[in-house]
Amino acid sequence: MIIEGMTVRFGTFTAVDDVTLEVPPGSIVGLVGESGSGKSTVAKAVCGLVPYTGRVEGLDPRRIQMVFQDPYASLNPRMTVGASVAEGLSVPKARRAAEIERLLSLVSLPTGLAGRYPRELSGGQRQRVAIARALGAEPSLLVADEITSALDVSVQGAVLNLIRSLRAELNLSMLFISHNLAVVRYVSDVVAVMRKGRLVEVGPAEEVVGSPKHDYTRELLEAVPRLGG
Amino acid sequence: MFAVRRLIRFLVSLAVLVVASFAMIHLIPGDPIRAALGMNAPPELVAQRRADLGLDDPIPTQLLAYIKQLLSGEFGTSFISREPVGQIIVDRLPNTLALAALATVFALLVAVPLGMWAGIRTENGRNRGTEIGFTSTTGAAVAVPEFLYSIGLVVVFAVTLGWFPPAGRDGVISYVLPILSLAIGPIAMVARVARVETLRELSTDYIRLARAKRLPASRLYFRHLLPNTLTATLTIGGLLLTGLIAGSLLVEYVFAWPGLGMRMVESITMKDYPVAQAIILVYGGIVLVVNLVVDLLLAKLDPKSTIKEA
Amino acid sequence: MRHLLRTPSGVIGLALVAVTLVIAAVGPAIWGQEAETVNAAAALQGSSAEHPLGTDHLGRDILARVLAGGQFTVALAFLATAIGAGLGTLLGVLPAVLPRRAGRLVTGAVNALVAFPALLLAMFTAVISGLGAKGAVLGIGIAFAPSIARLTQTLSASVASADYVAAARLLRVPRWRIATRHVLPNIGEPIILNLTAALGSSLVAMSGMSFLGLGVQPPSYDWGRLLFDGFSRIYVDPMVAIGPAIAIVAAGIGFNLLGEALARSVARAPVGGKQAVGKGAAMPSSGEEPVEGAVLSVKDLTVTFPDGVTPVRGLSLTIMPGEIVGLVGESGSGKSMTANAVGGLVAYPGVVTAGHMSLCGEELSTLSEAKRRKLLGTSMAMVFQDPMASLNPALKVGGQLAEVSLVHQGAKRPAAWARAIDRLRQVHIPDPEKRARQHPHEFSGGMRQRAVIAMGLMGTPRLLIADEPTTALDVTVQRQILKLLREVSAEAGAGALFISHDIAVVSELCDRVVVMYAGRVVEELPVADLVDGASHPYTKALLASLPDMETDRDKPLASIPGHQPSPADVGEGCAFASRCALATDRCVERPPLTRYDAAHAVACWHAETRKAEVAIG
Repeated sequence: MIIEGMTVRFGTFTAVDDVTLEVPPGSIVGLVGESGSGKSTVAKAVCGLVPYTGRVEGLDPRRIQMVFQDPYASLNPRMTVGASVAEGLSVPKARRAAEIERLLSLVSLPTGLAGRYPRELSGGQRQRVAIARALGAEPSLLVADEITSALDVSVQGAVLNLIRSLRAELNLSMLFISHNLAVVRYVSDVVAVMRKGRLVEVGPAEEVVGSPKHDYTRELLEAVPRLGG
Repeated sequence: MFAVRRLIRFLVSLAVLVVASFAMIHLIPGDPIRAALGMNAPPELVAQRRADLGLDDPIPTQLLAYIKQLLSGEFGTSFISREPVGQIIVDRLPNTLALAALATVFALLVAVPLGMWAGIRTENGRNRGTEIGFTSTTGAAVAVPEFLYSIGLVVVFAVTLGWFPPAGRDGVISYVLPILSLAIGPIAMVARVARVETLRELSTDYIRLARAKRLPASRLYFRHLLPNTLTATLTIGGLLLTGLIAGSLLVEYVFAWPGLGMRMVESITMKDYPVAQAIILVYGGIVLVVNLVVDLLLAKLDPKSTIKEA
Repeated sequence: MRHLLRTPSGVIGLALVAVTLVIAAVGPAIWGQEAETVNAAAALQGSSAEHPLGTDHLGRDILARVLAGGQFTVALAFLATAIGAGLGTLLGVLPAVLPRRAGRLVTGAVNALVAFPALLLAMFTAVISGLGAKGAVLGIGIAFAPSIARLTQTLSASVASADYVAAARLLRVPRWRIATRHVLPNIGEPIILNLTAALGSSLVAMSGMSFLGLGVQPPSYDWGRLLFDGFSRIYVDPMVAIGPAIAIVAAGIGFNLLGEALARSVARAPVGGKQAVGKGAAMPSSGEEPVEGAVLSVKDLTVTFPDGVTPVRGLSLTIMPGEIVGLVGESGSGKSMTANAVGGLVAYPGVVTAGHMSLCGEELSTLSEAKRRKLLGTSMAMVFQDPMASLNPALKVGGQLAEVSLVHQGAKRPAAWARAIDRLRQVHIPDPEKRARQHPHEFSGGMRQRAVIAMGLMGTPRLLIADEPTTALDVTVQRQILKLLREVSAEAGAGALFISHDIAVVSELCDRVVVMYAGRVVEELPVADLVDGASHPYTKALLASLPDMETDRDKPLASIPGHQPSPADVGEGCAFASRCALATDRCVERPPLTRYDAAHAVACWHAETRKAEVAIG
């Protein structure tokens, strides 16, 4: 998949300014930036949730799925977990229950959760349900927008591990968006740094983190808090 | 910038209102003149009246004539009493406005402190008794219409106790019951809003910080809390005033108050269309002006709301 | 239903509505005959035993007429509400269906009409459709439509912008299915609740129209018409008007209270507040001497709520001058409640107890109220998470700083403002004279957090409590604020309690780390030892699960299975045992916080052996 010359304007404000970015098949591209950098707008535009100019090519737009930041807002409170996961399924009714079970175990959730309501689940569990729902549509691209920033650290690790194992198992392409450089570095093959609507640096994760070319990337790296000061 | 946009919206609404009041006469099924004068009126008289009012002209010509008339301060002539409608309005409008304005001021002065007090007292679910008492009393008070308050007040304080005159406008004392009837419902409504706002503001971080600074209660409530609850209260206050103007219709009727509302009810009952049309136009205009003033005032008082609007 | 009957207003509302509906159902059948019986001899009577509410001009019994007229009254109210609901929902849904421009026009029209009093709209319709029940019902229905339209619009707009609807769109769920499965169920309830109250309002409005003679016309009658008839005799026989008036009031109040109680019963139970100032300071339970020279010395701090929720359990903490102590834990660990308790900001039902709690050597529980206020107001500064919410939007920034000096130091206004400007300069806010006169909304997030810190410097702070002060900020701004905090505490020689969920941030800023789990301290150690010297399994897991710039990307991140027990159900034993790989039978007994050396304390039965291993290995 490739994004070419994407620009998003809200009135006179340019949120995304001529962004070109490739997501190679089977790889995770991490998009990092501070608030107002336009990273989340790129996610929404790729999914067709906001209008943009430019092109998104190399994949069927109907096979893009998204996982959102707030696990408390991304599930309909009046639908069971099973019903939510079933939304994107195109399998015959008879096989639906089995498919829901398969998806829930894919995200390491007990299959018994299918009959529960979102309010009975923890934040980490809800985020897994949202991922299972997206996987049900067999996406060729999964867009993950700040999916761990509302979670506690001990839970975040498990969700990040899940993302990496899914890529390995399903050969999934992913656009992974986060403000946390350490998180982006850990899951991504390619890291893209955004600032004020523009991409300032793109490259293999270790390269961007190890020898940043752009001043802003360097500034961002220096600001990341490190254990032991 | 906001003021200009708001002013344009006001003018558009005013234009719509004028056209609507014009259209009202034409939407009446059948011949309004025939309806007003009765089935037995001689056909010549009906024809004469129609011609007087220009009702036989094409609609655009009539609308233009209507607007010209309004611009020159003319509102037509009553079918029944033959008085110029402009004069009726000049005579009666001040009585209505006095009632509505006094009731609004009274309601706000009572309701805002009452609501704040209830909010402070019931913060974090303390004093459950106060909370239950406050919400049920105000919930019930909101549901009772003005005209029933006025009937109740008349029965108790005018008929039974004889403390106040039961009807008419005669001296300061005659204002007491009408104002009370108009204000009780709004007091309950505004007090509830003020309480909810107070509770919301009390849970904000800036109040937490103000408390961490150990400010004395008076400073905390009057300087930090009051200005922030005022915005919402003022918005409600605007709605309140326009609601009061409508409520005054019924209260004027009960107290035979020589205001516009009383006259409007009479004119609708007697099918005196020019009077009804003009009074509805005036009421609508007042509503638009009040809303405009409240919005401009809010924009001035609360810089954030302008930004939100933009 | 049970929720409904929990409040007196719900019970009253339900009872009044039930009575009204029963009268409406059976009224005409039982009293219809009597209500129509003309008796010229008994015309215009006042209240009597035979006719409790008197008779009308044809000698008909008014009580019977009130009871029989209920059906028509309620029916008209239902009809008007139905018209309003139908029209309103249609208008509310239209903008979503129509092309953009037409939709906006509808929205604009609805917004303009909402501002118009319903009665005025109803009169307008009444003029056109002539006198009578038909015109009045239509008028009231139309008059209610805009507010219902607006409600529908607001509700569906908020649901339509929810993430789960966006997700459904991406899953290519058909439009009608999104409407029926996602939007309708989530807006239906509030709309139906609103219609209950609207029923009351239309009943009252309809009665008003009839009372003015503009509604129901004889020989038909509803309560409003009966009131109209009785009103002319009010000075002679008040009872003839009071009967129908009471009927209208009862029905109006009933529907309104019921609607409100219904709304309350479905609304989620409010989450317990966290902000108010608790009345009493720490109450001494068992005394032990405070640590000499400490700015803050707390022993056995416990915060409990009446329903058994105990977010903080026997916490002890000492902060020396110039020392920055980091308090780390995940959400629900009790770290923020600890900050509130130390700051004296625990909400009303919460009870704070402590062996001792002293600030700058002064035991807070023994100070008089006035002295305590002054000490806390000038010697302690607090900074909270959300800089957007921490400053009062209605007041100028300078004024909010200056008031500390005005209130606690008795300074005059110019002196207080001068100090405020000076403090703003100290936290590196450029052009502080101009900034002081601005309102908070003119400040950026980082700038506001600086202003809040400056506010803490207005007194002579000995202790700075910062509760997640950088969590809402970008990393580059976070870095600046951390630097400022370090600078400020060094300059003032103040101690600081820095609360964060991010152990990496804590390790950058602090001298000492205190790790909290389920309301208790599980480990306390110098930051320098954090990476290699941590010995509590929870601390170690927390450190391991945090990815940093050196984490091996080929290995899975550590994560902790299960979840932290909620503050209501922390058991007797070690709270971490159920998630701990090292847990043994011994862990059913709670390990005490044991001090291994001056700076290192751990609450774990297995830490001792691990310590030994470290020493040998």
